[in-house]
Amino acid sequence: MTSDSIGAERKVRVLVAKPGLDGHDRGAKVVARALRDAGMEVIYTGLHQTPEQIAEAAVQEDVDVVGLSVLSGAHTTLVPRVIKLVKEKGKEDVIFLVGGIIPPEDVAALKEQGVAEVFGPGSNTEKIAEFIKQKLGELAN
Amino acid sequence: MASGALEVLVDGVLKGDPVRLARAISVVENDARTGSTIVQRVYPRTGKAHVVGFTGPPGAGKSTLVGALIGMFRAKGKAVGVVAVDPTSPFSGGAILGDRIRMQSYGTDPGVFIRSMATRGHLGGLSRATGDVIHLLDASGKDVILVETVGSGQSEVDIMKYAHTVVVVLAPGLGDEVQVIKAGILEIADILVVNKADHEDADKTATALEMLIETKKDGSKPPVYKTIATKGLGVSGVFEGIQEHGRNLKAAGGWQKRVWDSFLAEVRTNIIEESAERMLEAAAKEGFLNGLYDDALARKVSPREASLMVIRRYAPEILDRSAMND
Repeated sequence: MTSDSIGAERKVRVLVAKPGLDGHDRGAKVVARALRDAGMEVIYTGLHQTPEQIAEAAVQEDVDVVGLSVLSGAHTTLVPRVIKLVKEKGKEDVIFLVGGIIPPEDVAALKEQGVAEVFGPGSNTEKIAEFIKQKLGELAN
Repeated sequence: MASGALEVLVDGVLKGDPVRLARAISVVENDARTGSTIVQRVYPRTGKAHVVGFTGPPGAGKSTLVGALIGMFRAKGKAVGVVAVDPTSPFSGGAILGDRIRMQSYGTDPGVFIRSMATRGHLGGLSRATGDVIHLLDASGKDVILVETVGSGQSEVDIMKYAHTVVVVLAPGLGDEVQVIKAGILEIADILVVNKADHEDADKTATALEMLIETKKDGSKPPVYKTIATKGLGVSGVFEGIQEHGRNLKAAGGWQKRVWDSFLAEVRTNIIEESAERMLEAAAKEGFLNGLYDDALARKVSPREASLMVIRRYAPEILDRSAMND
């Protein structure tokens, strides 16, 4: 039970953020809870965040994963902007995930810009946690 | 960690580089050995920050008040560090850290660094690494460090070990006077805040506090402020109160005493955790505790006896020494 003991595995830290103007955070909260239940530390920053606020939070909180939930349709501008800002700040080793309402035809473009995976409505939350653990395992090797 | 990587972190912390500072905090949280090396390296550059702790029951408005105070310190040109602690789930080991929501308006100000931390099983209202994280923020050049505990009940008083000034934030309607006079967080307050002052019972709560708080040994009596933190009302009073407390401590020589008390408290905590962890690790590896299963269930070995058995096995010189002094 000394999970925080010396040499123990480090905790996965995830930022769950809602960029832009839509006010729907049910999905983001469901995911935040599911990741908590998978043993991760989830920083939730609330609604209406600018890409600058999200990028700065990702840096200060030293997260492994940034999960962006967008239901406004502005994902094609907001998501790449967050990714660009995080990298500009000198934080390289981050996995970006996107959730919300993302038309299937936009998924490939988002992935090209650095998004590891897109999880739309109805995604299995356990799969999201598994995906994160698997990706972090790949990065560590 | 390779020594080169460690140098980069130490250097980055001292320069106030947010990416390196953030990573150094993670190291301190995850890896006690490397973390202690980093802290030791930057420690000579600490000691300048005013550490202000905020504690009180869940929902009293600690995060909102801290958020409002960040703005006031920034208006005076102070660099601000914030440590916000939320609880870890005892079942999954995960946590949802949500204090940042109420501070995000300062999220892009380069003079502000906010870090959310989970308790990771540590009791007392803070996480085990909190002391070290305060040192890192101090070394990075923050003038004031605001530390928010988990929503606390009556005995989460660890914050007094780390802060120069302790602000206890309460809200009206949380219980009768008996709750207030019980020993606990009220006794550690240097400043009391009754937040949500637009609530009808706010005056009653403030009056009850004024009547019940006692004059401290040094003759001071903690001031009581009423605030509506969501609107920023009354927060300037708290801001002035914090600064005045700091000035008074320094003038009366109490600052040094707090620094020394914190030092001793941190040493004590670290010794307890470090030695306990090492002994338990060794005992787990050998299956020593599991070997006591039958005796424990048959009630032949009490928990206290079992702990002495572990200490006798893994740190016998400690028992020998105390026996010699008896």
